[in-house]
Amino acid sequence: MYTFSNRLKITSFILMAIGALAIGVGFVSAPTTVEQAKAMVAAHDDGHGGAHAEEAGQAAAAEHSGAMAHEEAGHGMSHDEHLLHQLQNKPWAALYVAAFFFFMIALGALAFYAIQHASQAGWSPLLFRVMEGITSYLVPGGIIVFLILLLSVLHMNHLFVWMDADVVAEDKLLQGKSGFLNPIWFLVRAAIFLGGWILYREYSRKLSLQQDGASDNANFKLNFRISAGFLVFYLITESMMSWDWIMSVDPHWFSTLFGWYVFASMFVSGITVIALVSIYLKSKGYLEEVSDSHIHDLAKFMFGISIFWTYLWFSQFMLIWYSNIPEEVTYYVTRIEDYKLPFFAMVVMNFVFPILILMNSEFKRVNWFVIMAGLVILAGHYLDIFNMIMPSTVGDQWYIGIPEIGAVIFFLGLFIFWVFRALSTVPLQPKRNPFIEESKHFHY
Amino acid sequence: MASTTIHAYYDDDDVLMHAVKKVKAAKHHIEEVYCPFPVHGLDKAMGLAPTRIAITSFIYGCIGLLVSIIMMNYIMIEDWPQDIGGKPSFSYIENMPAFVPIMFELTVFFAAHLMVITFYLRSRLWPFKKAENPDVRSTDAHFIMEIEVHDNEKELTDLLLDTGAVELNIIKNSH
Repeated sequence: MYTFSNRLKITSFILMAIGALAIGVGFVSAPTTVEQAKAMVAAHDDGHGGAHAEEAGQAAAAEHSGAMAHEEAGHGMSHDEHLLHQLQNKPWAALYVAAFFFFMIALGALAFYAIQHASQAGWSPLLFRVMEGITSYLVPGGIIVFLILLLSVLHMNHLFVWMDADVVAEDKLLQGKSGFLNPIWFLVRAAIFLGGWILYREYSRKLSLQQDGASDNANFKLNFRISAGFLVFYLITESMMSWDWIMSVDPHWFSTLFGWYVFASMFVSGITVIALVSIYLKSKGYLEEVSDSHIHDLAKFMFGISIFWTYLWFSQFMLIWYSNIPEEVTYYVTRIEDYKLPFFAMVVMNFVFPILILMNSEFKRVNWFVIMAGLVILAGHYLDIFNMIMPSTVGDQWYIGIPEIGAVIFFLGLFIFWVFRALSTVPLQPKRNPFIEESKHFHY
Repeated sequence: MASTTIHAYYDDDDVLMHAVKKVKAAKHHIEEVYCPFPVHGLDKAMGLAPTRIAITSFIYGCIGLLVSIIMMNYIMIEDWPQDIGGKPSFSYIENMPAFVPIMFELTVFFAAHLMVITFYLRSRLWPFKKAENPDVRSTDAHFIMEIEVHDNEKELTDLLLDTGAVELNIIKNSH
């Protein structure tokens, strides 16, 4: 039985407090008038000779490429007002990126967990309680993401331009999409997605715990069946969720493999966190039966799914780059012009680094290697989400500063608190899973 | 010089694995084990040196990558440049994304094929070669452990029967 150490609990509270403070600073320091916004940008440019001209040039580029929806909508809106909206979006976008990132870790771990049940994997039952601990974050994480979406619908921010009736009134494309992209249906869908995922998580967890005290395998068999069913539901809803929550921040742009791409990101992040938490618990003397072979298997998944992510990232990039259709290619033009560093750093962190570090079979068994690679992969996938949301919401005004880091720290604290609290409620080792013996003797 | 070898037959891979560990623990040298299918972990139990095929695979992959770059640069940039998709830049690096699938495929192609060929050469396998396994049953349902005898026939046979061998053949050959 794992006890949530006071030190870790206090650390998580401190992280949450510092994060909340930084998020607050981000909101307070956002400009409320056009004059303030202009003054902020001007102050930022002080000391750079000729920076103003550069700024103007970049803004013009953004007008042509990135913020097309904004621009077309705001024929009457001045450039300065547009700037104000970008700067006002910044703390919201920072909050949303971090909230979604930690939520997606739990959701990715849930997909992995469901696959273990549906495939009746023999190696992994020892890690079921760890996975269930991580997926417990679905409830608070999902509620927070839902609240942010609700506040967007209530016009507290401008993350989703298509929610603005004035914008839609002037935009023929958005009018055509309004049958799907309208605020009420958007929230109903979000509620269905979250409801389904949380329902499966709670029910599967209940069956998994009941199996420990059962005299037959009925719970196990039922869990197998609902997991297979859940995977079908998950693949459809996850894809639609990625259109709704991420792709629609830039409502004119679309990509048919976007759902898979987001799935790869959340899957590898979830598996990485399973590995990190398992190694942490092992280092504290728990999970005695989990051997280097289990860590080796998780690291193989981290390696493989990192390459799978790169495959999808490149497939999406190459087709759009090659066909060069204006309404599609704007997505990458914005990112390569205004987001060069995070855009390419992400590819290095999510592909080059894992492929070099985790290729060697022996390295996958060295725990600190897995931790190091895992931290880089997680940072890389945070940047991935950052690159998905920011260009359409804050344009070239992005910066990884107090609101962004603060939001990450806050959700990290909440994540640690919630996950380890859940881990401490039940014994870390399942007792009566029919595959538990195989899992104990699993040897690469 | 005349030498004597013992062939111990097993009919189960788990029994074989335990037998190999026991024989190694008794400090006998196992010449070879003939199996109808690969037995996981047998190489480690026998104390064979780790395979270096992965290193050759990495080298071959790098060669394939290099070949694809040189090939695409010659075909698409130098020899017959074309304007595809409005990208008449005649520069390898600017057209690189279009070549990535080829770079990837040739990397895999070289790594896979050359690795297999290396494996055949290293294992001295070629077409029409006479089979080396001493008994056809090692291709069906039996595992054969080959051990050389050095004036300890009695001790070895006792040990092998103790490990669950289903049959022992003592072979004296002079060559």
